[in-house]
Amino acid sequence: MLTEFGKIFIFILVAILFTIIAIYAAKLIRPSRPTKEKLDVYECGENIEGTPWVKFNIRFYVVALIFLIFDVEVVLLFPWALTYQDYGIYGFLVGIIFLVVLGLGMAYEWRKGDLEWARPTPKKVDVKFEKKNLLQTNSQINVESEN
Amino acid sequence: MGFLQFIWDGIWAVLSLGNFALIKILLIANIILITVSYLVYFERKISAWTQNRIGPNRVGWRGALQPFADVFKLLLKEDIVPEKANKPLHTLAPFIALFVAFSTYAVLPIGPAIQIGEETVNLVVADINMGILYVLALTSIGVYAITFAGYSSGSKYSLLGGIRSSAQMISYEVSMGFSIAGVVMMAESLSPIKIVESQSGLLWNALIQPIGFITFVVAAFAETNRLPFDLPEAEPELVGGFHTEYSSMKFAGFFLAEYANMIIASAMIITLYLGGWQIPYIETLNLGTTVTTILQISAFMVKMGALLFFFIWVRWSIPRFRYDQLMSLGWKVMFPLSLLNVVYVAVIIMLFNV
Amino acid sequence: MNLELILFLILTLVAAFSSVMVITRKNPILSAVYLILNFFALAGIYLLLNAQFLSVVQVIVYAGAIMILFLFVIMLINTENEASILADKKPIKVFAIFIAVLVFAQIAYLIFYSNPAELSNGTIENLIKAGQIESIGRELYTTYILPFLIAGYLLLVATIGAIILAKKKFE
Repeated sequence: MLTEFGKIFIFILVAILFTIIAIYAAKLIRPSRPTKEKLDVYECGENIEGTPWVKFNIRFYVVALIFLIFDVEVVLLFPWALTYQDYGIYGFLVGIIFLVVLGLGMAYEWRKGDLEWARPTPKKVDVKFEKKNLLQTNSQINVESEN
Repeated sequence: MGFLQFIWDGIWAVLSLGNFALIKILLIANIILITVSYLVYFERKISAWTQNRIGPNRVGWRGALQPFADVFKLLLKEDIVPEKANKPLHTLAPFIALFVAFSTYAVLPIGPAIQIGEETVNLVVADINMGILYVLALTSIGVYAITFAGYSSGSKYSLLGGIRSSAQMISYEVSMGFSIAGVVMMAESLSPIKIVESQSGLLWNALIQPIGFITFVVAAFAETNRLPFDLPEAEPELVGGFHTEYSSMKFAGFFLAEYANMIIASAMIITLYLGGWQIPYIETLNLGTTVTTILQISAFMVKMGALLFFFIWVRWSIPRFRYDQLMSLGWKVMFPLSLLNVVYVAVIIMLFNV
Repeated sequence: MNLELILFLILTLVAAFSSVMVITRKNPILSAVYLILNFFALAGIYLLLNAQFLSVVQVIVYAGAIMILFLFVIMLINTENEASILADKKPIKVFAIFIAVLVFAQIAYLIFYSNPAELSNGTIENLIKAGQIESIGRELYTTYILPFLIAGYLLLVATIGAIILAKKKFE
């Protein structure tokens, strides 16, 4: 008799088999005539400049850090959610304390501007504007420096 | 006759192994394949209809054979792996995408338990008591397909698209997790079947916890990388995003995975919030078991069709977000809302002791 | 040989193989891929031991979240400079060896000098129940309520500390 996890195991094996067939079956019939131009990566038709592994914004790393911490909290919340109805007001208080602590971390990040994506990058504008216009230009620059 | 009976018994023994597991696995695999290919067709037809065009109409009756033509075209195309690419990872990425998309179906029920002979058969491949966590775990693995594809292609567009997309997916995964926690509190179970059964009558979670429903649907859109959240592909700025350098069946792998993920997302929304296969108060009509079961399975299909239409409808109606808007929506709106939803559900359960 | 034993052997072989690959690969991204494979094999072993929650946590948190962070860090630091990062930094290497020996000694001690049957005071039924999420939830409420809440505060500290460190390092 198969257990339920056994069925999942078989299903995963079928999924793996299917993906291998789907991707490799075509190898028998498709052509393979590589040339130098085909094997280049796409860069709008120009010759490729520099390394493809460009540096990206540090904010992505911060997002991954925040995600890791909150993911752990989600996982910790599941056993609580599952048995919540058995413990009445006691369980309610435990959960609220946990969620408030969680919210504090959230509030800290919000306050410190770590949830902000387009960060204000003050750029000097040469031409003298009225104060109102200058503000507008700055906000436009912020929008553009997104990555 | 005795011999035939013997063979039939043998076949029956293999087929009914483990509560008809093999039949269900093959059936589900086929349903997914057919649904996915026709979903592509319907997307093209609906987009044409939205934009007042005709859409595919050459292959077969009103273009009904178009999906097969597409598949054959992709099968016959040359598979190009760029010179600068990291070849093993470049191949691995579409595998992960397809694998995740297909193995998630194992726990999603499409109908109530039915009787075959003396056995009760659940209309789900495997009824494990932590099915929802299984789906969450696979969703968190799905991020790798895009990250690897972006990194390994050796193209700047791919890298930027991949990084953007993985940051987007992990941002919305958190609010998805918290929304699901609200449902788990109501149902007191992580098994999809029990969650569906807990929403009998009009106790649909979408009606009880509308905030959680909205956050989950938005997160589902973001997780499937559909418009308005298709930043990773953002044609005007990133060419094709993480799959710029993919061709032939590997590209088809990502393409199929996207549509398969849409079906999973719809099935999850139905299971968690829209009462699964249930039709409110159908027991009061006394229709008999068979008719009720058939009606309930069709109800699931109708809900699925409606949600898939909604997915496509949104894609062709709403423009794409800007990246900073996307991130602040994820962290500043969706996340606090899903936290609030957990507190709200806790209070509701306290007050009414559902 | 029953099926469980065969599965266990396959999973342990995958785990051992992938961990060797992690430390021998030149390309850090490939190391990360093998580490993910290793986490999956471990999750499978937990499942065989009927520790369902642990196995899901292994996949969601370790394979899903921590490895994403690792990958981001690897991509952020230019991988071509790996040799220069490790060159002429003897203290780091000495420290790494020290940590490795320490962890190895701990594991060896646990394997040879502790009796796992003693730790779990109970029958087989209790052991089977212990891995399920419901029982973990009950234990968190009653016996381990203080550690549960302290874990919450620890995560708060981690949130703040991580952000401050990230800013200090890179900005």
